[in-house]
Amino acid sequence: MSLPPNLGIDLDPVRHPEGCRPGLDCERWHIAGARVIDPAHGVDAIRDVFLDAGRIKAYDTPPEDFAHARRIDAHGRWLIPGVIDLWARLREPGAEHKATVASEAAAAVSAGITTLCLPPDTDPVLDTVAVARFVKRRAQLAGRARVLCIGALTQGLRGELLSEMAELAEGGCVALSNTHLPMKDLRLTRRALEYAATFGITVIVRPLDASLSRNGCAHEGPIATRLGLPPIPVSAETAPLAQLIALMEETGARVHVLGVSSAAAVRMIERARRDGLPLSASVSAHQLWLSEMDTDAFDPNCHLLPPLRSLRDRDALRQGLADGTLGTVFSDHQPHEEDAKLAPFPETEPGLSGLETLLPLTLKLAEDGVLPLNEAIARLTRGPAEALGLTDCGGLAVGQRADLALIDPDAAWSLDADTLISAGRNTPFHGWDFTGRVSHTWVSGRLVHGAAEPAAS
Amino acid sequence: MAVNFVRPKIPKLASDPWAIQFDSEGRLRHLLTIEGLGPEWVTRILDTAENFMSVTDREVKKVPLLRGRTVVNLFFESSTRTRTTFELAAKRLSADVLNLNISTSAATKGESLLDTLRNIEAMQADMFVVRHDKSGAAHFIARHVAPHVSVLNAGDGRHAHPTQALLDVFTIRRIKGDFTPLRVAIVGDILHSRVARSQIHALNTLNTGEVRVIAPRTLLPADVEKLGVRVFHDMREGLRDVDVVIMLRLQRERMEGGLLPTEQEFFRLYGLTEEKLALARPDAIVMHPGPANRGVEIDSRVADGPQSVILQQVSNGIAVRMAVMALCMARRSEDNA
Repeated sequence: MSLPPNLGIDLDPVRHPEGCRPGLDCERWHIAGARVIDPAHGVDAIRDVFLDAGRIKAYDTPPEDFAHARRIDAHGRWLIPGVIDLWARLREPGAEHKATVASEAAAAVSAGITTLCLPPDTDPVLDTVAVARFVKRRAQLAGRARVLCIGALTQGLRGELLSEMAELAEGGCVALSNTHLPMKDLRLTRRALEYAATFGITVIVRPLDASLSRNGCAHEGPIATRLGLPPIPVSAETAPLAQLIALMEETGARVHVLGVSSAAAVRMIERARRDGLPLSASVSAHQLWLSEMDTDAFDPNCHLLPPLRSLRDRDALRQGLADGTLGTVFSDHQPHEEDAKLAPFPETEPGLSGLETLLPLTLKLAEDGVLPLNEAIARLTRGPAEALGLTDCGGLAVGQRADLALIDPDAAWSLDADTLISAGRNTPFHGWDFTGRVSHTWVSGRLVHGAAEPAAS
Repeated sequence: MAVNFVRPKIPKLASDPWAIQFDSEGRLRHLLTIEGLGPEWVTRILDTAENFMSVTDREVKKVPLLRGRTVVNLFFESSTRTRTTFELAAKRLSADVLNLNISTSAATKGESLLDTLRNIEAMQADMFVVRHDKSGAAHFIARHVAPHVSVLNAGDGRHAHPTQALLDVFTIRRIKGDFTPLRVAIVGDILHSRVARSQIHALNTLNTGEVRVIAPRTLLPADVEKLGVRVFHDMREGLRDVDVVIMLRLQRERMEGGLLPTEQEFFRLYGLTEEKLALARPDAIVMHPGPANRGVEIDSRVADGPQSVILQQVSNGIAVRMAVMALCMARRSEDNA
């Protein structure tokens, strides 16, 4: 049985975009002279791009009726498909004191992210279409980034009873996941994979064994030993991953392994993919830059789950990203209120505010020669679109959704935690220097970030 | 309508994690861990403690160094011995002492650690002596206290217990003198022990010839050898020719965590008996941070035997804590002068 094509929840904000005055054509855009980098279609060239009615209309030759289109001179800039963030907590519903869909969607588009995937660990849990509709409405009201829902794999994420997967998928959920929370037993995991495979739904798995990671808050290694922090061994990730791969052999489910942290896990994924399993995998941006060393001063912003591991693990993650074993970089965004991090390290809540560093950290990988620029951009666009089976975004072909980010590649800036747009200021990257910054972002052809120049008359 | 209120800015973390122990002029402000003190400061603390030993022997056991200062014992985890020796040390320096057992008061009412701290700070405290069951708690408190307040770590989770380690090396120095030719063995539950971690740092800071740890694999943390120790699983092998044996307390709940089968097996393999002690050098001393579980990690005949210096450790602890308090407060006296 197959469901209708997976487009996610369609977001078409009804209100007019900012900066649009009466009498001007808000729908049509002419982005002139940008270096268009579209890894999904192998494009890297200086082009003129024309947007109409939320879609990419044409390249280079203006279509008819574009005389009054709004024009942006984008010479010297890079135009990339809008970033798709595979896993970003928006804290709504349920933890609005930390952040809201509106606050995080604004932060997202300021950093070139046009699509946010919301994991199901909201309160109430995203295990019904009603919650998905609520989130969709909040996203529409915010009128910024598109928000796609990842439904719960089990009712209440309790790992005991399957969720209504088909209904969730029909209601717009692009994937299903039990987050890192445990399943009752392996039999239930197997059945969940089988049932999801019936409808061709991607299952997102975050491998973390509950007993091996119990009370843990740091990578088992020399730093945790010195600081006396309860450790989380690598086997907390690899043991459940090995079980998952064994189950995949029998179920044929499409699985995405989210946010691996260890060299051993990269090797296992590489082998499973070589064996032809329908497995994709991702890594969070901060895991490519930080290591256990950063935990050294009990920095609560480096209290993360999975924990920051050794430099050798970090290098293996970079290698896995470069060779394509890890196809996606995501933010693992977890905005917190200040109090959540104001406690002794083990008592703080894990997670960092990552939306505004996702693209900068990934561009920095290209700058440092870890992988070519177009590959780096692919990990943020084509990679997550393929992992979720989204065909409408992640690329810049004519007819695709006009989700775009325009980057000034020469802008040098340093990150100040106090000026983040996200409601969560919990970043370990305070004071880091970056080159390249998003100047404009379009979602469905509407300018949602950046100042529009006067329209051509 | 949102209510706005201004919170104090939280300082961003310094690149050197332990620089926080010193003030801008390089004077000791907090004692959180042995790391970062270096041999100069450790020696200075031990020398100062040596001077205070004579105070302890006087009839009037008081000096006026901390007169008018308030020391607050902030214990989030129960302790009798450590709290008592800190209290005695502060009183012998003529400070006013306040004992707060937080586990039974504010924490259970949902007050945050920081709120508790601010309230006590408002009572014009000059020094916090902190014990907490979470690693990094003393460091966290030191980051958030007012500039005039000093923080002494009296044990945080599995991380550090610096005054215990200082009193241990003080005891060793008084008996053995030079550290460079010494072999020191630490035996037992290294994994959960803040005492062991601080002892290892202190012994290595003083250039000890060899520091050994002796334990089954389940009671050793990962990469423990990177702390600068030689690892032994066989106690008989590990005790051979050592000058100092330090036994650690074994918490009974370790059996339930699946780390050990039984107390009996642990005692048979890792308990210190006269027979095993005979493998060490004839003049070897036996230490224990207390409270000892007799018959679990140490045999009574050894604990009470001629080689045991366990009670000396306790009395030395007062002088060492006086030294640390006096040194941390010295900068205040200098600033006021």
